[in-house]
Amino acid sequence: MDQLLRIVVAKPGLDGHDRGAKVVARALRDAGHEVIYTGLRRTSQQIVDTVRDEDARFLGLSSLSGAHAHLFPQVCQKLIEAGLEDVVVFGGGIIPEDDRPALHEAGVRAIFGPGTPTAEILEFMATASSMNDVGVGQPSDWYWTSNA
Amino acid sequence: MDDLHRLAQGGDRRALARMLSAIESGDVDVHPLLSTPAASNAWKVMAITGAPGVGKSVLVDAIVQRWARAGHTTALLAVDPSSPRTGGALLGDRVRMTTVDDPELSHRVYVRSVATRKAMGSVPMVVEDMAAYLLSCGWDRVLIETVGAGQSELRCAAVADRIVVVEGPARGDGIQAEKAGLLELADLVLVNKCDIEGAERHAAELSESFALGDEAPDVMLVSGLKSIGVDEAATTMLNLAPSNRSLKAKMRERLHALLERRLTGHPDYNRTLDDLSGGTIDIHEAMVHLLSERHESPGRDDQPR
Repeated sequence: MDQLLRIVVAKPGLDGHDRGAKVVARALRDAGHEVIYTGLRRTSQQIVDTVRDEDARFLGLSSLSGAHAHLFPQVCQKLIEAGLEDVVVFGGGIIPEDDRPALHEAGVRAIFGPGTPTAEILEFMATASSMNDVGVGQPSDWYWTSNA
Repeated sequence: MDDLHRLAQGGDRRALARMLSAIESGDVDVHPLLSTPAASNAWKVMAITGAPGVGKSVLVDAIVQRWARAGHTTALLAVDPSSPRTGGALLGDRVRMTTVDDPELSHRVYVRSVATRKAMGSVPMVVEDMAAYLLSCGWDRVLIETVGAGQSELRCAAVADRIVVVEGPARGDGIQAEKAGLLELADLVLVNKCDIEGAERHAAELSESFALGDEAPDVMLVSGLKSIGVDEAATTMLNLAPSNRSLKAKMRERLHALLERRLTGHPDYNRTLDDLSGGTIDIHEAMVHLLSERHESPGRDDQPR
């Protein structure tokens, strides 16, 4: 096992589809990480509180409801306000290509659509955890380019 | 780390969370950081244990909510198992915690998910240090929700002042209640899901069984989900007295836990496991080696973050 990471996997907003989040949580668990799953329909504030109290280094946001363009940047903003600018945020779900630049701009470092091999997510995590400046509020403009 | 400690003592929850991570990974020895607690007869650390699926998480949420409304602060350490194969863990106890999401109450509740990592049993011993640190940061009480535990899983006795065992309806016939184990250590038994058939009968069987011994713990019928009997249970738990019959067993668990901690905390622990599986040493040599030099480690050598 390389490095044991604590990762929060969260479902923001009114969205009842959690198959994707569970698949990702399971893959991260099987890779030897500690995954804290929030359950469905969390507010941005609840997610940020969870990341804070659980001392997570990564936050994965899953949305299939179409509200990602509103919710993901809101979570990012609240993380920064809470002093959690070093947390690495990634997203998944149904996220149209056109919406992605704004999310990267907000601090989301990777976006994984349906069909992404879980190995790619692990590759992203390994890469991001070796970098020191890719937290949600840190100045780097790096983001992961997904092949899927 | 000193700054982080000071911030945590001052109520900064991010600093608290980071200190707990450092304690959990064995990067920090907690003992010099603890202030001497004021002498008190009230309990400080309570373990909630019981079989998987009896409703521990929902019940804990309901109890913590009552305490928070009454002005008490509670830190919950929710333990879930790590995979023995990969070391990873899926920590899902938060899914059922609603109190921590209530903006009116959230400042009185801290929830932290803890994986068992290398530890055996339902409670990793490092939880004892995490609990002590939370108390020193001003939290009134610490609740430990154990891994879903079977009959002979008594390790929680090593870390808690009080033990509450959660049971469910239809948990076997009267003979199950007679069996030795976890129930012998209970300071209180909550039979959850009391709205479901079989709960009352199970509670009666438990009470009958306890009545044959001395110092019987109370058996209460509750439903965490339907909020039946929860107010009464919350009050009883807050003022719960220890049962002396469990004292010797608690001490035994403490001793065993300390031994385990010395073994797994030894810097050569992983290498010794490799040597053992490689057949280069035998089990007695391994034991002698791991216990030979006096070695105190505050925790485990996994390195999160």
